[in-house]
Amino acid sequence: MAYGPKIIDHYENPRNVGSFGTQADIKNRKDVGVGLVGAPECGDVMQLQIKVNQATGQIEDAKFKTFGCGSAIASSSLATEWLKGKTLDQAEAIKNTQIVEELSLPPVKIHCSVLAEDAIRAALADYKKKNGIATEASQTAAH
Amino acid sequence: MTKPAAPSSPIYMDHAATTPCDPRVVEAMLPYFTQMFGNTGSRNHKYGWDAEAGVDKAREQVAKLLNADEKEIIFTSGATEGNNLAIKGAAYMYEKAPAGQAKRGHIVTGLIEHKAVLDPCKRLQKEGFDVTFVDPPVDGVYTAEMIKQALREDTILVSIMWANNEIGTINEVREIGKLCKERGIVFHVDGTQWVGKMPTDVEKDNIDLLSFSGHKIYGPKGIGALYVRRKKPRVRLQSLFDGGGQERGFRSGTLNVTGIVGLGKACEIAMNEMEHDAARLFKLRKHMEDSLLKSLDYSAVNGHKDKRLPHIANISFGFVEGEGLMMAVKDIACSSGSACTSASLEPSYVLKGLGVGDELAHSSLRLSLGRWTTQEQVDFAIEKITFAVKRLREMSPLYDMHKEGIDISKVEWAHH
Repeated sequence: MAYGPKIIDHYENPRNVGSFGTQADIKNRKDVGVGLVGAPECGDVMQLQIKVNQATGQIEDAKFKTFGCGSAIASSSLATEWLKGKTLDQAEAIKNTQIVEELSLPPVKIHCSVLAEDAIRAALADYKKKNGIATEASQTAAH
Repeated sequence: MTKPAAPSSPIYMDHAATTPCDPRVVEAMLPYFTQMFGNTGSRNHKYGWDAEAGVDKAREQVAKLLNADEKEIIFTSGATEGNNLAIKGAAYMYEKAPAGQAKRGHIVTGLIEHKAVLDPCKRLQKEGFDVTFVDPPVDGVYTAEMIKQALREDTILVSIMWANNEIGTINEVREIGKLCKERGIVFHVDGTQWVGKMPTDVEKDNIDLLSFSGHKIYGPKGIGALYVRRKKPRVRLQSLFDGGGQERGFRSGTLNVTGIVGLGKACEIAMNEMEHDAARLFKLRKHMEDSLLKSLDYSAVNGHKDKRLPHIANISFGFVEGEGLMMAVKDIACSSGSACTSASLEPSYVLKGLGVGDELAHSSLRLSLGRWTTQEQVDFAIEKITFAVKRLREMSPLYDMHKEGIDISKVEWAHH
């Protein structure tokens, strides 16, 4: 598959790969929200973690791990870049179409951007849940 | 003539898909394009005679490689045509009831055969023949016993590949042939991955029909041959192409003289060099498999440990996704395969059939070596693949979860 230069750049030099601790650690950390979306059988699993500065309400840091194709890796890498410094509301406003545009994702790879948006929302929902912040109709991580 | 594949291109490790033409083959073919270009059917001038002489020589070269008689060689466009002609041709010839009726006869084949065998069998199934697709064992090797279990009173044909194209496993052809011979069942072998690489003797191996392609053995594309037994017993086929009656009526159509000459030369070279090539490639493949398995945990070689072709390695790597892996090893031209569904790669029915990697998300690479594969290329591939898998695992949430003791097959995933 012929990929655009931005996808290749993110695939070859992914930003913010990693996590803020093991699954068990993260569960007990109130300042971290985790989104785990996709399924191994579908060939894509994304894990996105946000670390929120609880004084300012801003996302201080974000990390990802992705099992998937080049576009899935690039989409999640880009998402972490965009999340840093944003407030929760600003993060909530990120749309998959912006990711498609920024990376010039080919049509067959649009689902990767959808998955990245899902991961962002799931991470935000997880953070809000941990901190007792009401979510819009508690929109679910999974669907 | 220069050696194929410039070093600036990706290194070629996909010889099970196709091979470069041997320069000696190209050289043998060239005069037949421009000087000896006649139609072998032209019996009354030199151009026709020259072409015919070229074809006669090639027929001898092919026959010799198989220990067959020249009269038993039918030139085809390749193994797909050979398989179709052998399977449909034998089924229609030995049918127990005419078209339009059921119970026309029983055919036995394997579930992990090439599509060029499976699909003709499926067509015959629709036309009133019964077909048994025998499940493969975990190691991929079909034994005579497994085939024996599938035989019936009305079995007319058994079709089994000599070696599997994805995993390189070698089936018990000689023993299956013996079984068929005892029961008077026509035995077809798809020899595409075997012939020209490994010793072939249609007499000792008890084969009635054997198909293969030129382009897998350093010959040109668009040419192949089908061996059709003429004695003990004489095997008959209904032709698929009707016309000028070439190839003893089995295959009408003007002969592809350049292709045939190339195939003949390729067979002659194979005859002389296969032993040397096989020994060399076996060492390289073993080195590659051992090194990769040693440096990467959760990796496994697919197929039987020993009963495999010397030049094909099929290796699965847990917790990495197929397309991501292919992108990471783009300097190596090879094939991907996986029993898992990937977002963009079709799962391999062969690996699925073997039940490979059901428990962990994985990807597989088929690396097939050839006449010009060097130790340096193999070492490069080992280094590249090791690096790629490690890097992708660092990015893989599944690898982390597995290391933390989470069973990923038990996680409730959000399915799309």
